[in-house]
Amino acid sequence: MAQIRVENLRKSFDLFTAVQDSNFTIEDGTFFALLGPSGCGKTTTLRMIAGLELPTDGRILLDGEDVTFRRAAERDIAFVFQLFALYPHMNVEQNIGFPLKCQGMPRRQARERILETARLLRIEHLLSSKTSKLSGGDRQRVALGRAMVRRPKAFLMDEPLGALDAEFRQLMCGELRDLHERISATTVYVTHDQHEAMSMADRIVVMNAGRIEQIGSPQEIYDRPASMFVADFIGSPPMNFLHFEGSLHAGDRAIKIRNASIVVPEIQEARAGGPLVLGVRPEHIQFSDTAPVRGRVFGAEYLGTTQIVTVDTEQGQVKARLPSSMSVRVGETVGLAFRSDSLALFDAQTGSAIRTASHGSVGHG
Amino acid sequence: MGASAMASVVLRHVSKRFGPVEAVRDLSLAINDGEFVVLLGPSGAGKTTTLRLITGLERPDAGSVSINGRDVTRDPPGTRDIAFVFQQYSLYPHLTVYDNLAFPLRSPARRVPEEAIRKRVQKTAELLHIASKLGNRATRLSGGEMQRVAIGRALVRDPSIYLMDEPLSSLDAKLRAELRLELKRIQVELGATILYVTHDQVEAMTMATRIGVIRDGELLQLGTPREIYENPSDRYVASRLGTPQINFLPAGLIPEAAMPVGTDSIGIRTEHLQIAAANGGGIVGRVHRIEHLGDQNHVHLEYQGQMLVTLADPHQPLQAGQDVGLQLIHPLYFDATGRRIADTVH
Repeated sequence: MAQIRVENLRKSFDLFTAVQDSNFTIEDGTFFALLGPSGCGKTTTLRMIAGLELPTDGRILLDGEDVTFRRAAERDIAFVFQLFALYPHMNVEQNIGFPLKCQGMPRRQARERILETARLLRIEHLLSSKTSKLSGGDRQRVALGRAMVRRPKAFLMDEPLGALDAEFRQLMCGELRDLHERISATTVYVTHDQHEAMSMADRIVVMNAGRIEQIGSPQEIYDRPASMFVADFIGSPPMNFLHFEGSLHAGDRAIKIRNASIVVPEIQEARAGGPLVLGVRPEHIQFSDTAPVRGRVFGAEYLGTTQIVTVDTEQGQVKARLPSSMSVRVGETVGLAFRSDSLALFDAQTGSAIRTASHGSVGHG
Repeated sequence: MGASAMASVVLRHVSKRFGPVEAVRDLSLAINDGEFVVLLGPSGAGKTTTLRLITGLERPDAGSVSINGRDVTRDPPGTRDIAFVFQQYSLYPHLTVYDNLAFPLRSPARRVPEEAIRKRVQKTAELLHIASKLGNRATRLSGGEMQRVAIGRALVRDPSIYLMDEPLSSLDAKLRAELRLELKRIQVELGATILYVTHDQVEAMTMATRIGVIRDGELLQLGTPREIYENPSDRYVASRLGTPQINFLPAGLIPEAAMPVGTDSIGIRTEHLQIAAANGGGIVGRVHRIEHLGDQNHVHLEYQGQMLVTLADPHQPLQAGQDVGLQLIHPLYFDATGRRIADTVH
């Protein structure tokens, strides 16, 4: 098992910089997600860790050892692509054992390893089955087994669940995390799906346009997004942004949007006048007749226990998550009250979060 | 049904078979004027076949289809007063957005004057927020805009019913969420009658006036989203709506005396399984895994070998391995065949 360190890592393709100056450490046994939209540099980062791509600059250390220019085969890392690629003419045991055969491991020892791997994945009963006869889930388990059987120092996974439908994906997320609990292998997982990252990872790196926007635990990233990009990328529906103009002083405990005074966590960073943004999560909004921010109900979407109500305000469209027992009429005027201790403030020009009592030194851990 | 005088489309005991496969089985459904009915089911459930039976692209083996009170079972597709939106938008790439939208009205059979077409296209484009794109080539649009145009091409007409076959499924999640809300707004604004098929429960719950849950060609339950969610008729329907899925427990594992006779299993929605103090007796589960979603946590628990999921505040301190007491708030009772048993206990 291993710690992975990425130091000042950069990758350019001609004029295009895919990854710029990345720094992070993945501690031994961590499930680490690289999250971002397509083209953000997450896959390139993973491929450099794997040795499938050479960095333009920077270093990669595996357990303290510089492996930046080692070939992929010399890094003792297992790379899992879309999990379904199995050899159709081999049975399950042969598929799982294939990497050991390539290594030239003696047959008895290999057999033991295969059995142990199958036990961890709970597919011992399938060892002599043809892969073509397997269900989707079992095929996926076999593909994982093939990656695990070498006992690599780390697993690198590139959108392994991307091709699956939503329900099955959820099931596999649970299984991958359970498996991680059992073998505690360092795992680097690339995805554009916030749910996968949130539900499985211990730590998440959010990337955008080749840059790291934020590193943190799922809950930190959700509660204290470092930028508007992160706030918008995480959460469904994402964080609401109310645009306003104003200046901020350290020690202020309220902001003014037009004539409405809104209580916020104590501000710790001054801002001379300019465009600002108040960030509010949908579940931190309630309707209140006395609230100064007002709007008109545009639509309500029933979701069982809760409903998402969309309200048009002068600061833009706002979505609130409310109990579905509440009756809401399209077209009615409502006041929006915010849970003040969980509000976020952003600089509209840079998009970065402004420091407050509850939104402390967010940054690039 | 008394409302059938108002019905736009009525299917009566319709069946359709393809070789050995019974695609639609004795299906009866009345869609009222101005309703947004969503047929929800997995692929192969018979949703698309039902749409095709209404359009006349398929003929039923048994039963009848009527549109606006007229039996059209034997009528050819072109004569039925219907507009169809497919999953894959198929626009004319060489035409502008305007001409794409005007196309259905320019059909020689319809002979709509050009001035009336202009008004209609303009109004539809405004409704769909694509009025500024009317001069664009269809190929110079984003995916979301193309799908708006495809929907618009149905909306320029004023048929008895719009049939839509998973029109949002090829779009990314964000765009889908946006268009869901738009489509519902447009439907209400126009008072349009829509039959929409999907496998996406969120689309069904958020847009439908009524949902029909369909499986293996059979309509299992028809009702408002709230009725279907709160009052499912069987285990399958109960499991079809709600994320995470409803929990099921064998009746034998519930230390509750007051269960209706014949209860084989109970269903507990995640929000109705509440974590209480562990010493309260009753059901005690062990926390297996905590899944973060940001606004809430999904807590996976084990109870007597059964995995259960409940919801918790993200800041509630819970750890894997911890024992917690569980309270069942609104259990649903099912018999051995999976049918819901009326709750006579309360």
